[in-house]
Amino acid sequence: MKDLKNIRDQFPVLNQKINGYDLVYFDNGATSQKPLSVIESISNYYKASNANIHRGVHTLSRTATELFEKARKTVADHFKVKNDQQIIFTAGTTDSINLVVNGLSKNYLQKGDEIILSSYEHHSNILAWQLWAEENGGKLKVIPLLEDQSLDYSKLEELINQKTKLIAIAHVSNTLGVITDLEKIKVLAKKNNIAVLVDGAQSAPHMPVDLEKLDVDFFVCSAHKMYGPTGIGVLYLSEKWLKDLQVSKPGGGTIKTVTFEKTEYAENALRFEPGTPHIAGAIGFAAAIDFMNAVGMQTIFEHEHELVQYAQQKMSEIPEVIVYGKSNNKAGVISFNVKNNHPFDVGTLMDKYGIAVRTGHHCTQPLMQCLNIQGTVRISFAIYNTKSEVDFFIEKLKKVITMLN
Amino acid sequence: MKIEETEKEIIEEFEIFGDDWEAKYEHLIDLGRSLPLIKEEFKTEERIIKGCQSRVWLNSELRDSKVFFTADADAIITKGMVALMVRVLSEQKPEDIVKAKLEFVDTVGLKEHLSPTRANGLVSMINKMKADALAFIK
Ligand SMILES: Cc1ncc(COP(=O)(O)O)c(C=O)c1O
Repeated sequence: MKDLKNIRDQFPVLNQKINGYDLVYFDNGATSQKPLSVIESISNYYKASNANIHRGVHTLSRTATELFEKARKTVADHFKVKNDQQIIFTAGTTDSINLVVNGLSKNYLQKGDEIILSSYEHHSNILAWQLWAEENGGKLKVIPLLEDQSLDYSKLEELINQKTKLIAIAHVSNTLGVITDLEKIKVLAKKNNIAVLVDGAQSAPHMPVDLEKLDVDFFVCSAHKMYGPTGIGVLYLSEKWLKDLQVSKPGGGTIKTVTFEKTEYAENALRFEPGTPHIAGAIGFAAAIDFMNAVGMQTIFEHEHELVQYAQQKMSEIPEVIVYGKSNNKAGVISFNVKNNHPFDVGTLMDKYGIAVRTGHHCTQPLMQCLNIQGTVRISFAIYNTKSEVDFFIEKLKKVITMLN
Repeated sequence: MKIEETEKEIIEEFEIFGDDWEAKYEHLIDLGRSLPLIKEEFKTEERIIKGCQSRVWLNSELRDSKVFFTADADAIITKGMVALMVRVLSEQKPEDIVKAKLEFVDTVGLKEHLSPTRANGLVSMINKMKADALAFIK
């Protein structure tokens, strides 16, 4: 493990008191904090290089364009994607998914087609598909959960039929932390010629992701959960879909030629990036990726995994605590409840101790319905979290349980 | 008792805790626990104040020109806050309820529950109480 103290020092926001206690930030699943290198890259860009990109003849515009395109290359390299044009900058995971659904609905998805989702999808990976289905007589089918709240892959094959066109699935559940076994999904998808979209919002921040090896059709994620800025994310398209995905959000910058009669769209990533993009965001995102790689994705995964194991062990010693997502194959997230107590009460009192947790349904209401609960308390880790923070959390959790009971 | 008088009473009740937020919250939790606030039959889907993490139910009735509130919540801290609001606003004239500023919440150091991001439904509940009172005036 690298020097953690040194890592924490790079996050100025962590160095503050909340209600008289040292801030313990355990809400990384919602958004992570940003290191100085990211903050400075954005501020330096505005101080020294701000201009609109592409087609500018002046020097600043060229610099800004180079920085933006270099950011694309950084993201591509990070995910082991050889052709950086397969990396589209979007506003984030939600935006990426919408771009895919709307593009596919133009020529790939037909009336009455079927999409397969998992029980633990985030609303962002449900609603756009649902809207498409409602408008087109389509159908959403759901992979059920097992007792341990991992997916029942044995049921997948029966969900597939002639009309199944796509499987859209979270790489890691944002509520449970459970890692999806994508190999099992891919085998059946390949065999039946079904496209696969992987929602990597919760995997990209926590574990190494090699998109060449993963070999799926679409992969989406958000920079703000990866130590980067809000408002920017990725849509990765396979070689095939870089050619075949239809433009659904047209606008300036996406074209080769335009007449009032007909437009010829660009053949590369620009086709999907209408209007002035989030240039500073892309640059900040690249800095965030540099930060993660300086630490090492494997190191990040192992560190967070250790924290999860450690915290779960301690939580299992508290009889009032129920942990969801019992599978051991987890990344960075623990969801739990205190028996007979509302997650909101636990979260409110934790905040009084300076501990930031998330409570509620975590944008996974259908999962809450499967588990037959109103919500959970969720803690989620990042590289800067420590065992002593977990100790403090456990101590205060016990206190909160006494206060509430 | 007038609204301001009840507010004053609550302020005094909380004063003994000083800066000890744990004691303050324990009191709030006790308040929440001690009050069965609403008849089970009123805990219906329509009476839920929507969009909050914690579910809050409210029932308003006009009797002898006064509004009688009963309410409940499924989170105990929210229920404590609900109990305070009911104590202050119930059995008051609709005109006074509409005008009430409820500054005691700030004074006793529970203002965070009125922040729009708290998602605990308290702000929505107060708005609903005032809207119901206003409807009784008309
Ligand atoms: C699994 C998953 N999918 C999608 C999203 C949506 O991400 P964003 O709000 O950045 O678009 C999130 C974030 O909460 C998530 O955890």
